[in-house]
Amino acid sequence: MPLDTNFTNQKFKQVGTRPLRPDGVDKVTGRAKYGADYNAPGQLIALVLRSPHAHAKIKKIDTSKAEKLAGVKAIITSADLPDLTAGDRGMRDILENCMARKKVLYDGHAVAAVAAIDQTTARKALKLIQVDYEMLPHVTDVDEALKPSAPVIHNDIFTEGVEPTPTKPSNNNKRASFGHGDIVQGFKDADVIVEHTYKTEQTHQGYIEPHACVANVSPDGQGELWVCTQGHFVYRNQCAALLGMDISKLRVTASEIGGGFGGKTHIWTEPLALALSRKANRPVKLTMTRDEVFRCSGPTSSTSIDMKIGAKKDGTITAAHGVLRYHGGAFPATWAEFGAMTAFACYDLKNVKSESIEVIVNRPKTAAYRAPSAPMAAFAVESAIDELAKKIGMDAVELRIKNAAKQGTQSSYGPVYGPIGIGATLEAAKNHAHMKAPLGKNQGRGMACGFWFNFGGQTCCDINVTPDGTVTVAVGTIDVGGSRASIGLMAAEELGLAYENVRVVIADTSSLGHNDMTDGSRGTFSTGMATIAAARNCIKVLCARAAKMWDIPEDAVVWEDGHAKPAGTNAGNFPPLSIKEIAAAAGNTGGPIAGHNELVADGAGVSFATHICDIEVDPETGRSTVKRYTVIQDAGKAIHPSYVEGQYQGGAAQGIGWALNEEYIYGKDGRLQNAGFLDYRIPVCSDLPFIDTMILEIPNPNHPYGVRGVGETSIVPPLAAIANAMSNAVGVRMTHIPMSPPRVLKAISNRKH
Amino acid sequence: MAEVHLWGALRPIVGGALSVSVEAKNIRELFKTLAEQYPAFEPHLQRGIAVSINGKIYRDTWDQALPADAEIYLLPRIPGG
Repeated sequence: MPLDTNFTNQKFKQVGTRPLRPDGVDKVTGRAKYGADYNAPGQLIALVLRSPHAHAKIKKIDTSKAEKLAGVKAIITSADLPDLTAGDRGMRDILENCMARKKVLYDGHAVAAVAAIDQTTARKALKLIQVDYEMLPHVTDVDEALKPSAPVIHNDIFTEGVEPTPTKPSNNNKRASFGHGDIVQGFKDADVIVEHTYKTEQTHQGYIEPHACVANVSPDGQGELWVCTQGHFVYRNQCAALLGMDISKLRVTASEIGGGFGGKTHIWTEPLALALSRKANRPVKLTMTRDEVFRCSGPTSSTSIDMKIGAKKDGTITAAHGVLRYHGGAFPATWAEFGAMTAFACYDLKNVKSESIEVIVNRPKTAAYRAPSAPMAAFAVESAIDELAKKIGMDAVELRIKNAAKQGTQSSYGPVYGPIGIGATLEAAKNHAHMKAPLGKNQGRGMACGFWFNFGGQTCCDINVTPDGTVTVAVGTIDVGGSRASIGLMAAEELGLAYENVRVVIADTSSLGHNDMTDGSRGTFSTGMATIAAARNCIKVLCARAAKMWDIPEDAVVWEDGHAKPAGTNAGNFPPLSIKEIAAAAGNTGGPIAGHNELVADGAGVSFATHICDIEVDPETGRSTVKRYTVIQDAGKAIHPSYVEGQYQGGAAQGIGWALNEEYIYGKDGRLQNAGFLDYRIPVCSDLPFIDTMILEIPNPNHPYGVRGVGETSIVPPLAAIANAMSNAVGVRMTHIPMSPPRVLKAISNRKH
Repeated sequence: MAEVHLWGALRPIVGGALSVSVEAKNIRELFKTLAEQYPAFEPHLQRGIAVSINGKIYRDTWDQALPADAEIYLLPRIPGG
């Protein structure tokens, strides 16, 4: 049912069309302002001194020589950032990650920061700061960190979720499990069982724009922050809390964003810039280098996953069991738990159990990366299911269709599903021309499914009708992928205006109520809901003003096609009033016309996708090339199909890089060895085929237009789809991501021997 | 009386049970009662718990009613990227 708009019997005039994005011209002509494009009069340049060690005690920091250097205006250490977190472990970890306190916990951990009149002076000052370290043993591998012999990174972490609570600290901060049924009996009932351990390496979101901000704190306690972020309200709240400021005193303005994908949902250097500005009484600009982005921002977890799935000869899965170990970097986290929740979500399983083990290692604090934790879990599950199909002698798509979750299925994480789209994506894949196309020499085809939750969150929207009848829409969710166009379309649809007569802007934090950040694929879903509600409130005001102009009761006016019209027998016979005419008269009918809405957008629909991949492998070098790639995903309702397709393609492209090349490589010294795009290679256009897309629309009953989030699910299937294609191409099961040429060559060599 | 299903990390708090019965008319009351009956719930509530009611997941709407015989699951509060 590609692009079927009949699902709710709604007829759209604007939604579903493909107008140009409002930020397009600025972005292609260089006018758009990104984080590092902001400058303030008299600003200082800040640099951060970072640990060269993976794990060490800070015995002493001597800044005296640096302070005497001409041009240095402020230096801060953790002493300038007192712990104001009042027992909130999550906030304390954020504070400690922004600036090390008693210990450095990973290579690149900040230990001091300098603000000086220029970069050269700041760099000289960093060299004059003396830090006396006492080296500690380190561990960077997710499995090694769980061994009894591993150095314990935090002596106050006792595994949560087990009974009784351990008396000794460890690097395992939490265990959890999900599932239902009896897996022991389920495996007894199986005719065929597949069991493997799968590993995935740590990757970075690879956003092109490094983190950058300008902070300006005045002696009166008021502050401004210009920053690239996925959530300026959250940045404001967290920075104010860490610095002891009233939230209302800190105004944050978001720049355009050059990619985030979850990596800009966390604060890193922003509190440092604010603290430096407060100390120096000058604006401070702080921009991360690419090296810092890799070493000190928030990549995803590396993982180690034990997977076991059993099935009858007819393809019915009888039991599934996964044990998922994910690291959260140097701080306690719950990334494995999310992997365990999503792992088996595509399937209708009678007996299923997924267990999560959270691991702490000497690496940077892990952050979300597009459907966080789901791609690694899907890699293990979908690889095992593909192998199961081979052992049974069943087509891999048919096996998945036979076991696919549907409306009424109890999900592996608990609740029963409402209307969902996994079956539809599988049927579409089965019938897609891609599945029937011939393969060449050294080529293999694979497919895989993926799931992501999506969510809504706190959102608000202001719609203002200007005196000429055009409209501005102010929202608080950062536009990371074309949401301004989608929101403009929804406002235009409701108001009956042309898309060109609606301008959508991202308001600063002093202009709107709190908005959660743009994550969880919530931007178009939640802000769309708020915009639709605000537009409907605005229409009520427009109708009331028309009623005044006609001197008839308000309830005798209806809104149709962008006009107020009299309705009912006693309403009188007046020609329709356009929004332009009502706006022109606003000054004499009650003043400015606006519509507002504030809501919590619970009810985001879950999302499913199926991907198909063809790959070609050079058996002599192990180098692989993706020859063809197709994404099939349920969007609920595609508001602007081009940007839905863009999200599908973007997720697939990042997944291809993750599957084939991208990998954090740590040396024995615990230091990152490839902190740059030359040695950490993300795919560029010439590495990729055209990524074909198919939008399915299974409506989300909790959104007025049926919208589901689309931004994240597209990165869930690629690791598995590509691994299945690679395994089919080389004739050996690939169990370690990335499938870089050395690993592929090794697999081919092992097969031959 | 609502039957509230727990994910694995919460089960040790209630002695290993898969679910608990709670008298509550909405999510706010559910959380309040759980924290009163099982103080070890408190840190989990502070970190955030989502509630699935008949398959619809609520993260923030604490006024949401718990209908009689509803299927209720407590779930971790999911982050996003």
